[in-house]
Amino acid sequence: MKEYKTISRIAGPLVFVEKTEPVGYADLVKIKLADGTVKSGQVLDTSEEVVVVQVFEGTSGIDRSAGVKFLGENIKLSVSEDMLGRILDGSGKPIDGGPEIIPDKRIDIGGAAINPYSRGNPSDFIQTGISTIDAMNTLVRGQKLPIFSGAGLPHNEIALQIARQARVIGKDVNFVVIFAAMGITSEEAHRFISDFERTGALKRSVVFLNLADDPAIERLITPRMALTAAEYFAFEKDMHVLVILTDMTNYCESLREIGAARSEIPGRRGYPGYMYTDLAMIYERAGMIKGKKGSITQLPILTMIGDDITHPIPDLTGYITEGQIVLSRELHMRNIYPPIDVLPSLSRLMNLGIGKGKTREDHRQVTDQMYADYAEGRDLRGLVAIVGEESLSERDRKLLKFAADFEDQFVRQGKDENRDIESTLGMGWKLLGLLPESELSRISPEFRSKYYGKGKTD
Amino acid sequence: MGKIGKIYRVAGPVVIGKGLDARMFDLVKVGQEKLMGEIIQVNEDLATIQVYEDTGGLKPGEEIESTAEPLSVELGPGLLKSIYDGIQRPLPVLTAMMGDYIKRGASAPGLDREKKWKFSASAKKGDAVEEGDVIGSVDETETINHKIMVPPGVKGKVAEIKEGDFTVEEVVCKLDSGYEITLMQRWPVRKPRTYKQKLPPITPLVTGQRIFDALFPLAKGGVAAIPGPFGSGKTVSQQQLAKWCDAEIIVYIGCGERGNEMTDVLKEFPELKDPKTGKPLMNRTVLIANTSNMPVAAREASVYTGITIAEYYRDMGYDVALMADSTSRWAEAMREISSRLEEMPGEEGYPAYLSAKLSEFYERAGKVTTLGSKEKEGSVSVIGAVSPPGGDFSEPVTQGTLRVVKTFWALDAKMAQRRHFPSINWLTSYSLYLDALSPWYEKEVAIDWRDKVSRSMRILQEEEKLLEIVQLVGSDALPEKEQITLTIARMLREYLLQQNAFHEVDTYCSLKKTYDIMRVILDYSDRAYKALAAGKRAPHILAIKAKDRIPEMKFEKDYEKLLSSIESEMKKEFDAL
Repeated sequence: MKEYKTISRIAGPLVFVEKTEPVGYADLVKIKLADGTVKSGQVLDTSEEVVVVQVFEGTSGIDRSAGVKFLGENIKLSVSEDMLGRILDGSGKPIDGGPEIIPDKRIDIGGAAINPYSRGNPSDFIQTGISTIDAMNTLVRGQKLPIFSGAGLPHNEIALQIARQARVIGKDVNFVVIFAAMGITSEEAHRFISDFERTGALKRSVVFLNLADDPAIERLITPRMALTAAEYFAFEKDMHVLVILTDMTNYCESLREIGAARSEIPGRRGYPGYMYTDLAMIYERAGMIKGKKGSITQLPILTMIGDDITHPIPDLTGYITEGQIVLSRELHMRNIYPPIDVLPSLSRLMNLGIGKGKTREDHRQVTDQMYADYAEGRDLRGLVAIVGEESLSERDRKLLKFAADFEDQFVRQGKDENRDIESTLGMGWKLLGLLPESELSRISPEFRSKYYGKGKTD
Repeated sequence: MGKIGKIYRVAGPVVIGKGLDARMFDLVKVGQEKLMGEIIQVNEDLATIQVYEDTGGLKPGEEIESTAEPLSVELGPGLLKSIYDGIQRPLPVLTAMMGDYIKRGASAPGLDREKKWKFSASAKKGDAVEEGDVIGSVDETETINHKIMVPPGVKGKVAEIKEGDFTVEEVVCKLDSGYEITLMQRWPVRKPRTYKQKLPPITPLVTGQRIFDALFPLAKGGVAAIPGPFGSGKTVSQQQLAKWCDAEIIVYIGCGERGNEMTDVLKEFPELKDPKTGKPLMNRTVLIANTSNMPVAAREASVYTGITIAEYYRDMGYDVALMADSTSRWAEAMREISSRLEEMPGEEGYPAYLSAKLSEFYERAGKVTTLGSKEKEGSVSVIGAVSPPGGDFSEPVTQGTLRVVKTFWALDAKMAQRRHFPSINWLTSYSLYLDALSPWYEKEVAIDWRDKVSRSMRILQEEEKLLEIVQLVGSDALPEKEQITLTIARMLREYLLQQNAFHEVDTYCSLKKTYDIMRVILDYSDRAYKALAAGKRAPHILAIKAKDRIPEMKFEKDYEKLLSSIESEMKKEFDAL
């Protein structure tokens, strides 16, 4: 393999190499420095005159005399079942002091698109033990459901609680957890790993770590590595995989960095125009395949910049993922954990996973009723601020009380509190008991007579 | 320069070729794997090509071969029941060929070459035929009779016509000019198919969804837009339309859709029963699925592929409904390709030709007199979903769309949060077809249809004003008349406009039932105001029990008995006041 010493320009994370033989687009690149260190990169643009390489480990230390080798293949990840229990860096190399992973296979991390016709239909209810998710925004096996958070909100705790508690009712299989950290602090990473260790989950986890002080460009491949491993476990080893990607905001910033370094014409807020497609190539690697036993469920976490849900990152993410769990700073300030704001939250696959035989026959209607009443109760708070509670009608006062109790009892739960779906729905009925039965217009008379007043304790 | 050129540069999905005889929008095969691409820019001897597949591994110097033909679709029997990607590759065939993932360089013809179709001729030897004339037909599915037409630009006398079983490539008819007609024709996707004349839209596309049919109808041959921020139930609304609207052919384009939702469509459609025939709905459906992670250039092409197929069935004389979900993803694809071309961006990075492309596309809808010596009418109605970022309707795609569409179904995330479905905001939605369609409704449903619709709209608008006052002073402070108005508005919202897509009965509502629900609510309204004028008190009027039973009509298949019992009880209760 030919080594070129024809670097013409180095700018930011990019290296420009001239006078090469034809080089394949997206090929893997090795750059050897004078002191012997080897950095890896990928071809971003190739032409007869110049080849542009993005360097994952950063360009510091590279000079124009560095040797560049084009490997003639895409980036691949070595996978095997021995990966379980291991901690790897953002490029898939072990960093836990353990032995090298002996590969069963080497897989291209790019990931081809699943033929829509071959996709299986997600339909298994995942019980997370968190009421606001299970009842209001149900997670289904094969779904991608991001957590839209903000700086300083407990998204990591929630992700951990889900990873700990997630079960499919009636099936005694645990999820394999693949955890990909992109640019999070070592303290946060430590919290994840020690929790995995404490609960014994580490044995069936693979951890990919790219920390805040690791090269930013490496973040572009970390999620792809993690998902390649996930696809291997899910579709070749028949396992059910839960992938946690945190924090996607850092990933997008790296994407922007590359775009800026290539002086591309920027799109919204400086993010590249192809960010939508790029994110889709990551998020769409969730799902099931007909005839295969395994599944990939994705739980990406992103912090919204300035708590702005219309920012390009949450906005584009919301268009690709099947809903979102939105955390609220207001609930967090009032010391409610998990501070999940159900109103802007949504699970688009919910209807596939609930109902008779899956959760309970009345699930959909109870959810609709609680949504409607909570939304109305919250709106009334604005009115109370103006006219005072005394001038409200009886009905409005009940709705106010409903909204308050909903937050205090239904939303609030302990970090280790694992509520099964029966008790979650029972709690819902108890809260609905605050309202007269005739007000429950979204619930059919049949279910009203079966459940109304039954959840009441007082 | 020649048919063969070489790759000069590769950057993402954009490839630049050198030394190629390049004509704009011609299809080319790139590299050793012969990846499909399209020429989108010519600059001296360099041709810019958007490639429909992943370009990883392509090298400068590899060959590019031009087909000297624009991107075209194959039109003929076998389209229905098919599931295609954006460039008409049948997805089930790809699965059979290469497994669960779409690998590169795969090609499969849009129409099955082996399958034989039973052709029955309707033209005879010696008949003079011209473009668009039907020479025979094939029973494509149990539901749809596929007309075999003389391709555009062809005319002559029938010299020979056969009957029997043929593949799509076999000649079934020869003209005296020597032209040979097969069951299949080809048409370039970016060129609208020709027709004789456009007709004004005067019949509604009945959707079975009360809010659409009553307040914001769409005409057959019309265009509608559904903009919706994410989470506002857009996808469900579109699927409902696809299932229930009274077009004969449905073309559904999942453009940049989510894989799992597309799977839901792909799984659900084949299971759906056609309410009119009891046969599978797929018998009259073509699905195009290009999920967000499939190549961006194929996503850009998918809407053209879809509308060309729709126009083809229109030319047979059918009413076709095309749903594109979502045109924003299509615009996004244009933006992405434009930025790769380093074009000067327009608003928000979209190319300057965005609105021209949008209107060009929507203009392909319409009710037409088709080509052919015999009078045939067909229509293509287009329902495009737009997904404005952050729900901001002032963004370029929504604005470009609004300039051309006549019906606007404004989905509202806030209403979705309150679980008001379909979450169409009745205050910001509109339909410019109301007047044009009124004569039809008055003739087919009820003479006072338009009147009832206007009254319902007025009450809902009145409610909006009153609610502002209530926000300030509370509802108890309102005069009794206004309190009644609020209740009637709530009844209209909950009993008429809300519809449960997942309930087996409520999922479809006939025009008659829509009218009856509207009528009984307005009936209550009339009696209530009359009683109030006669000195009765509002709390008593509002306590009428019969009105609370109106929503039960929604969930009752044979609701007439229920309706008359509600009416007689309501009358009794009012009389007793």
